[in-house]
Amino acid sequence: MPDLGLEVLLKGKNFIRLLEGLWTALRISLVSALIGILAGILLGVLAGRKKSVFRGILGGWLAVIHIMPQMVLLFLMYFGTSRAFGWYLSGEMSAVIVFSLWGTAEMGDLVRGAVSSVPVIQRESAEALGLKPAQVYLLIILPQAVRRLIPQAINLITRMIKTTSLVTLIGVVEILKVAQQIIEANRRASPNAAFGVYLTIFVMYYLACRPLTLASKQLEKHWR
Amino acid sequence: MAEAVLTISHLTKRFENQTVLEDLSLEVREGETVVIVGPSGCGKSTLLRCVNALEDIQGGEIRIRGERIRHDGKNLPEMRRKVGMVFQNYELFPHLTVIENILLAPVKAQKRPREEVRAEAMELLERVGLKEKADSLPRQLSGGQKQRVAIVRALCVHPDILLFDEVTAALDPEMVREVLDVIIGLAEQGKTMLIVTHEMSFARAVADRIILLSDCRILEESSPEEFFTAPKTEQAKKFLQSFEFRRSRQA
Repeated sequence: MPDLGLEVLLKGKNFIRLLEGLWTALRISLVSALIGILAGILLGVLAGRKKSVFRGILGGWLAVIHIMPQMVLLFLMYFGTSRAFGWYLSGEMSAVIVFSLWGTAEMGDLVRGAVSSVPVIQRESAEALGLKPAQVYLLIILPQAVRRLIPQAINLITRMIKTTSLVTLIGVVEILKVAQQIIEANRRASPNAAFGVYLTIFVMYYLACRPLTLASKQLEKHWR
Repeated sequence: MAEAVLTISHLTKRFENQTVLEDLSLEVREGETVVIVGPSGCGKSTLLRCVNALEDIQGGEIRIRGERIRHDGKNLPEMRRKVGMVFQNYELFPHLTVIENILLAPVKAQKRPREEVRAEAMELLERVGLKEKADSLPRQLSGGQKQRVAIVRALCVHPDILLFDEVTAALDPEMVREVLDVIIGLAEQGKTMLIVTHEMSFARAVADRIILLSDCRILEESSPEEFFTAPKTEQAKKFLQSFEFRRSRQA
């Protein structure tokens, strides 16, 4: 069996450090996902109304997010703003801002789409029963919309978690950065560490994202 | 004569430039069952939707027990509670169980005590043979069952008048009867109802009065006996003939 360089993980605090790196990545993505989901629901609901200016805002925002590579956005936020506006944002703060902007735009679009996919006659049926407009929205439209968008929302969160691997490029010490440090430090003692360490990261990402996709599948089955 | 529950006066409804209903007046009195028949696309369903303010109107007015429905929205939720509506495709809320579907409006909109409404709902469900389905989800029911639930849901709001919009049109033939029997039962209890249907034998059985709607207006208004045996207008004869089938056979 070839040397996979796994023994590096047992040296010193290497494994703990990797876990800390993972936690940094998860912290960035989960905080951003939370902000993105809340702001996205608000934006999506507003954009879903007839003749809403928010529809235009959401459309433009989404176009920018889709076209710009996340890395460019990260560089713009971290390096760009410090010279141009004098904002000295930390790497993690820049990452959270960029990921939140991304999450809000995509979530907003998901919510808008899900709300408009609930048939008009469901709303009419609720109105015909004498429910007030706010009740129709909260009790009939949104619950049905949420069921439709959960799988895509979870997909968005897992993509965010994966994309945190980019933030190492703006100096955030997340899991990938820790891995590089460990590999560098052990270059002589365990020249094969790259495989073992990156394999470990692969498994860690998998374990972090898997519960989300499982939960999504369960909910889908439950609601069908 | 009994009090008028629904009074439609000089109603005009247009979509874009197409007139669907013109200067239409109609009264439904307490305890009366009025059935509207007519060719497809003559505005029967639109008329019901106007009564429930699901459509705005371009002229005339609609009153429930003398109170005008303001289509601009001021008193809509209260007025709609006076008008129960049953739709062609049931329109139960798919994310709520049968009993939650029924309790929603009485508890959330009318603020009635949950237990009281629940007891009433269970009694009505039992009467339509669906007591054991109270905790099922709509998707677990057949079309006929869903439609009976929709009727119970409308009844539990205690409306002054019930509107039925082709409630068996989406059902498989063998399920039509279970739904129509429920409606006939309601007529026997003296509920005030306005019914749009294509089921002629049902219309004849349930109606106190039959209205033929065609070309945006009421063409004929008569008792079911008279309408089906001695229709007054050519259009009525033609309409009734469209339900009969004959095959010419060579001797």
